[in-house]
Amino acid sequence: MNKFWIILWHTYVTKLKAKSFIITTIITSLLVFALTNLNHIIEFFNKDEKKTVGVIDQTGTLYEPLQMQLKKSGESDIRLQSFTGSEDEAKKNVQRGKWDAFLSLAYDDKQLPKATYYANTIADSDTPNKLEQSLQQVKTALATAKIGLKPEQVTQLYESVPFHKVALEKNAKTEEELNQARGLVYILLFAMYMFVLMYGGMIASEVATEKSSRVMEILISSAPPVQQMFGKIIGVALVSLTQFIVLFAIGFSSLKSSGKELLQFLGFEHIPISTFVYAVIFFLLGYFLYATLFAVLGSLVSRVEEVQPMITPVTLLVVAAFFIAMFGLNAPESSFITATSFIPFFAPMIMFLRVGMLPVPFWEIAVSLALLIVTIGLFAFFGSKIYRGGVLMYGKSTSLKDIKKAIQLTKK
Amino acid sequence: MSLRLEHVTKRFGDVTAVNDVTLSIPEGEMFGFLGANGAGKTTTFRMILGLLDPTEGTITWNGHEINYAKSHLIGYLPEERGLYPKLKVKEQLIYLGRLRGLNKEAILKEIEYWLERFKVPEYAEKRVEELSKGNQQKIQFIAAVLHKPKLLILDEPFSGLDPVNVELLKEAVIDLKNNGTTIVFSSHRMEHVEELCEHLCIMHRGKPVVHGALKEIKRSFGKKNIIIHADIPLDELKDFPGVVKAKTTAEGIHLQIESEDVSQHILAHIVNKGFIRKFALEEPSLNDIFIEKVGAAYE
Repeated sequence: MNKFWIILWHTYVTKLKAKSFIITTIITSLLVFALTNLNHIIEFFNKDEKKTVGVIDQTGTLYEPLQMQLKKSGESDIRLQSFTGSEDEAKKNVQRGKWDAFLSLAYDDKQLPKATYYANTIADSDTPNKLEQSLQQVKTALATAKIGLKPEQVTQLYESVPFHKVALEKNAKTEEELNQARGLVYILLFAMYMFVLMYGGMIASEVATEKSSRVMEILISSAPPVQQMFGKIIGVALVSLTQFIVLFAIGFSSLKSSGKELLQFLGFEHIPISTFVYAVIFFLLGYFLYATLFAVLGSLVSRVEEVQPMITPVTLLVVAAFFIAMFGLNAPESSFITATSFIPFFAPMIMFLRVGMLPVPFWEIAVSLALLIVTIGLFAFFGSKIYRGGVLMYGKSTSLKDIKKAIQLTKK
Repeated sequence: MSLRLEHVTKRFGDVTAVNDVTLSIPEGEMFGFLGANGAGKTTTFRMILGLLDPTEGTITWNGHEINYAKSHLIGYLPEERGLYPKLKVKEQLIYLGRLRGLNKEAILKEIEYWLERFKVPEYAEKRVEELSKGNQQKIQFIAAVLHKPKLLILDEPFSGLDPVNVELLKEAVIDLKNNGTTIVFSSHRMEHVEELCEHLCIMHRGKPVVHGALKEIKRSFGKKNIIIHADIPLDELKDFPGVVKAKTTAEGIHLQIESEDVSQHILAHIVNKGFIRKFALEEPSLNDIFIEKVGAAYE
């Protein structure tokens, strides 16, 4: 078997068997599962959390409409309880914990409802907000009835303006499609960001570990450094892919069984296949670009503790790309986004964002991809040179000056 | 059929680490590299292994350049020991062995043989970080030899080992040599080189200052040692013509003399003065030669 495959396989299997990997995967899987079942979980905890609110209705006419209104807007977790005693007694009821709160209803001088809400703390904004909204409806009904408006007229008044956005370009996405695309693009961008950071760091520290444990010298005397570098990069890529597939499978299947609305919101159903294809292409290229950089940087340090400061500049680039992409989600057509989508460091995220949301001419995608591939090629070429020298270099090394030193080592 | 270095020079910027080294190591020989720290031994080894390219000159093994296609013929024990701390000994050796082109079954057999031979069969399933330094070194040695290399390069193989383990390793090295492996090793322990090598080379600041067969080197060195144990005052011998160095010991004196003839004059001088328990004429030790050649160059 070719040495490249031996290195790749070794990297893959040892990473997969590592306890830290298994634990991280389990924890993340649980998180994904929890996240996709969030509505069930919240429901479960809220089951017993009905709020009882006492009501002192000084008008004698507001309690019924308010109760009706609450029911109409489907607020089943607030239970109203009419109370005829004094406010002091009511306050005591709250303090003793019989009620969660009490509401005092009255008319103001214009004969319209007003209310005061009493609770031990007013940290919970949910209950008073719901009560306020319902009371607002009651008030609107009363006020409009007073000036003689019919309920239909009121409905007309509050109906929202029909406002349609229509894209004139033939391939442009409709508004609905755009919303769905935004959801998916956001998730994929975030995944890209997370995976580049996590696994890029893993590669850098992997290389640094081999160097610091000095096993590197045996390794480079057995197999060419270039094969080692790429064996490692692709091995870790497979690890990340494995983890991604596990998480995706869990997320997707639990979404399918629990939250159809969420699935629709993300728009997995109407997204063209090409978006997924581009996602994979840009994801892989982005990964290779950064992974090569991380591997080279890892080869320059002698101890694992020095990895972090060394890779920080590259990490910041990834973060910058992510934030530009976040900005681009709402303004994908701005010339800033168009420009950055050709810069190789940003292209994997930004060009993908554009492809996902806009009709982008194919030549633009091709140019961006070509630039990206050429850059990866250049990095791989120089990277493997630096790597070859870097792995023989020991001593304190936290500056980029070492790149020069490393290249010098590989010269004649 | 041999390892040949011809006019090999390596410069790092302005620093010349190895300067015009020409050596030929016949197949099946054991060749010793001696030198103080920084003399250029490790750099020379790295060039032989192809990890560094020589600035000038060529290195060939049986007439061909050494590259990764031949890595299954070459074994290497680096001076800086290192293994994966978290991996089990067996997993580790399987990985390193496969990188040297061996298949798994063959590796397992070799692992069993070597662990048995080094009297540590129970370590196969242990993680390297759990082993003592000396035992890690044994594992590292196994990693260097399990693919039965034709050319074995050992950088300071015996440093940091206790005498029992030094013997174990030495025997293993001698066995490998008897099976036809060409072995190049470096050390600053003279007695190991003296004991194991037919040919050697003393490096100093990148240049070989002494190079050749051990016997030749000793003979051409000229100077000899005399050891005298006697109950008579011997201090006056320090100024005896032909005596280069003298060192008083508890039982007598050690002298270094310019040539064999001087010993006869000294013997004649002291023979009637009293009781002499021991009078021995000895070959110079490698240590003497090393200090003379490298120490002199320091001044």
